Amino acid sequence: MSFETTIAAFAAALTDPSAPAPAMTIGREGRPDTRRFGVYRNNVAVGLIKSLEARYPVTRRLVGDDFFRGMAGAYVAVNKPKSAVLIVYGVDFPDFVRGFEPARDLDYLPDVAALENAWVEAYHAAEASPWPLTALADIAPERLETLRFAIHPAARLARFATPAASIWSAHQGEAEPAPPQRWGREDVLVTRPHAEVFVRALPDGGHDFFAALRAGAALGEAATPLIEAGADPGLHLVGLIEAGAIAGLA
Amino acid sequence: MTSAPRVAAPLPRRAGVGFKPEHFEAIMDERPDVGFFEIHAENFMGEGGPPHRRLEALRARYPLSLHGVGLSIGGPRPLDRAHLARLAALNRRYEPGLFSEHLAWSSHDVGFLDDLLPVPLTAETLALVCRHIDETQEAVGRRMLLENPSTYVRFAESDIPETDFLREVAERTGCGLLLDVNNVEVQAGNHGFDPVAYLDAFPLDLVGEIHLAGYAEARDDAGHELRIDAHDSPVRPRVWQLYRLVIARIGATPTLIEWDNDVPDWPTLHAEVRRADEAAIAAMRREMADVV
Repeated sequence: MSFETTIAAFAAALTDPSAPAPAMTIGREGRPDTRRFGVYRNNVAVGLIKSLEARYPVTRRLVGDDFFRGMAGAYVAVNKPKSAVLIVYGVDFPDFVRGFEPARDLDYLPDVAALENAWVEAYHAAEASPWPLTALADIAPERLETLRFAIHPAARLARFATPAASIWSAHQGEAEPAPPQRWGREDVLVTRPHAEVFVRALPDGGHDFFAALRAGAALGEAATPLIEAGADPGLHLVGLIEAGAIAGLA
Repeated sequence: MTSAPRVAAPLPRRAGVGFKPEHFEAIMDERPDVGFFEIHAENFMGEGGPPHRRLEALRARYPLSLHGVGLSIGGPRPLDRAHLARLAALNRRYEPGLFSEHLAWSSHDVGFLDDLLPVPLTAETLALVCRHIDETQEAVGRRMLLENPSTYVRFAESDIPETDFLREVAERTGCGLLLDVNNVEVQAGNHGFDPVAYLDAFPLDLVGEIHLAGYAEARDDAGHELRIDAHDSPVRPRVWQLYRLVIARIGATPTLIEWDNDVPDWPTLHAEVRRADEAAIAAMRREMADVV
């Protein structure tokens, strides 16, 4: 049997739990051995489930270890990593959770998972110095309207229909989590200006303001909806700078 | 590329340990006298953030060994060029004293299978592994060490003894070997051979690093003991014996304690490292005595 055929059969049997141990693999008795081959099958599944457990600790806590293992196992069965860099494995797990029938009633679960994914992305993002607030003070007022910003590489923005950030915050640490005070939409900014990742809920209008700046809009243009709503764009901008979401001027 | 502070790159002929982020604070507080730290390359393939910050701090104080666990050198598919580029970048940035990978495969058409899977040992795979190692050494720009595997099954078509296969790969490619003594003991149990005879046949003169770890035990379908390379427990007494036998023959060699699952606290792990260090120092003393 050719090497190509051997490895293809090995890989196929690894990913099909109902398949017998491949014919060309042998144990001490000179024949295929289910338990021996099962070690490989188990290593692959358990390793990948573990990397999802590490990426989605609050999602796991919300549904319990057994439920999570089942849900992660269903994902792993049909989604193998595209590369050996497991730091980026499971990026689309929140979408899978959204479509996972047994979790259908937990509308906040995919949102919390999406927030956890944003957290991990921010954690591993490229380094950049956050733009300091003092730099804003150096800019002549007449130039403010036309400013465009470079967004910090770790900054992530999300809009959730559920209070995902409040739920996530309540599940940090060991204490019994309190339910969210208000059940409604949350807009969330995730940043990592230095070593630590920060998660904060944005005030009304903050999501669209940052989304516009991130898309390359000038400050004056991005601020118009806020001004029309009677909000202070200066406060929003200072908030973004203090959060470390801005890396500099574009 | 780097202006970061660094101690010298070469690994001392002493014991080192696999770096775990949960030990970082204890290591920085205590500055333990260990020979080196080893990292799994794939854990540091993010662009930035705390993993790189910790690794910079570690590398300023300790030599480093870069150990890949995902290149799939023994697989039929071409090596992932992007992965080779990431390995090369880590090598340039952190200047590790050694770079090693496995005689195993882990990627196929379905994707990355996150395990070190076994390779049939034939003339065909020998040629393929050599091509992949040539390509790796070229891309990363340095000599690598190839680690002997831990396997649970053999292949009916294998017709080259593993020690001959490894020797031939090293001779053809110029790579060195990483001798995992636990893998030898695991395979000796799983396939029923004498680990000392395996070591007798192993090209020990090509060994640039040694790995030590613990294994778990199960049973196969026929009721034979099945040893699983779990890296979840202390090094077994028999593995210590084999280790002492190896360094008595080849002298003290950079030696890694691998403990990747059920990772103990730092003092427990450090005690295991000291045990290997004592064996290495004893071997060095004997070398000195031979010279004098």
